[in-house]
Amino acid sequence: MNNLITNGLITALARLLIFPGLLFAVPAAWFFLWVERKAVARMQGRIGPPFMQPFFDFVKLLGKDTPPRKGVAGLLMRAWPLIAVSTAAGAVGLLPVLPSHGGFQGDLILLLALLEVPSMCIIAAGFSSGSIFGEIGSAREAVLSVSYNVVFLLAILSIAASQHTFSLSALAGLPSSPLRWLGIVAILVCLPAKLHLNPFSLPNAEQEIYSGPMTEYAGPELAMWELSHGLEWVAATGLVATLIAPQVLFVWLAILIFVALSFGIVLLLSVVAAATARLQIDTTVRFYWQCTLIFAVLAVAAALFMRFRA
Amino acid sequence: MKLWDKLMCYSRRHSPWLFHMNGGSCNGCDIELIASLTPRYDAEQLGVRLEGSPRHADILCITGPITHNATSAIKTVYDQVCGPKAVIAIGSCPATTNVFIDSRTLEGPLDKHIPVDVFVPGCPPRPDAIILGVAKAAQILSERAAKKLPVAPVVMPLVGPGCGGACACGGASEANVESEAKMEEVKP
Repeated sequence: MNNLITNGLITALARLLIFPGLLFAVPAAWFFLWVERKAVARMQGRIGPPFMQPFFDFVKLLGKDTPPRKGVAGLLMRAWPLIAVSTAAGAVGLLPVLPSHGGFQGDLILLLALLEVPSMCIIAAGFSSGSIFGEIGSAREAVLSVSYNVVFLLAILSIAASQHTFSLSALAGLPSSPLRWLGIVAILVCLPAKLHLNPFSLPNAEQEIYSGPMTEYAGPELAMWELSHGLEWVAATGLVATLIAPQVLFVWLAILIFVALSFGIVLLLSVVAAATARLQIDTTVRFYWQCTLIFAVLAVAAALFMRFRA
Repeated sequence: MKLWDKLMCYSRRHSPWLFHMNGGSCNGCDIELIASLTPRYDAEQLGVRLEGSPRHADILCITGPITHNATSAIKTVYDQVCGPKAVIAIGSCPATTNVFIDSRTLEGPLDKHIPVDVFVPGCPPRPDAIILGVAKAAQILSERAAKKLPVAPVVMPLVGPGCGGACACGGASEANVESEAKMEEVKP
């Protein structure tokens, strides 16, 4: 019994710290950030940044000064990026990439909650910075998150409800069905808003409100925000990749398929971002509530119907 | 530890984030600064990013002859940029106030208010010259941060025709001659 617990603990730690956790996720985060910038540059007919650019940016930001921050608000401002990074890393660590990774019942709910925390940190960071641009950005992020999350959660719920499980590894091991693809498409539609990409890059709309919630951040704190953004990329694309990926028994093949699928999704999202312009906030909200919600509701209805019939 | 310092120095040179500020410019230099980020010149190959917030920036790019209204804003923004930082004066205006010299609405040149590291002369300077200036400023910034030594300001050479006739001087203004003279001074 004792041995079992120790084994479980070691597996959990290995997943959080090595694969798909920090040791894998941090370089992957930098790689995806580079892919995003490079894809946008290629779409615009430019050559784009060198391969190591996100890493250099990160190191440089670590070496910069931060403005003095006083009181509780200052303490909170320092805390938000750290919370965002740790929760995003935790979300990556939960992904069922390896065949026998040893998840638990309900880890899907934990993953969804962890995916949501960085966005809440961004909202809180904008408001605690006291900058008018930060506050506008935070308000936009809050409105956006209310809109896309309904669709996002319903889409995942439809997949989970049809199979009667909240366990990630059980979901990843399912055979593909039309309903599952409907859910995956709905999740993909939500990812640009979750990752602040065009056409839904409203919270950090750089030509309108400077950098939104990040306006007052500098140095190592900004480096942590960049890292948490990269980790969100890994977690969000990884979630879709695990839902799409076929179940294979070989560990290395599973890793390879996971990385290749994530890379494809990052490329797809970046190309869409480069090809579109930013929508207004009311258009965005209308898009999610009027156009996309119908599909998500249909998916959930179909899932429930399938379950009752079975 | 030495390895980390080297890496930091290298990173600072390869990741200059700019904040662009207009100190009463005619918009000529501003257009050229943006042009240096467009597909033809593509400054992002050097890791250049134009940032929306001065808090994120390493290098402050200032254009224009520094009008009376702009002085306090420029000082505020200079203080908002977190160290290590560098300042580039883009165009002949912030260096010498150019054809607007002796105007009563001006408080220029720029180095009366904040320390300037790189002057990029020209009216307007070509995008190649601006990119050269950014690379030089990033080098100065990393050297200063590593050695904690003051580094003397640098005047970049004129690249291509200094004045495209875009401004009133038609290429033969005192300022253009003056910046060329300044250039001669710093030549070894």
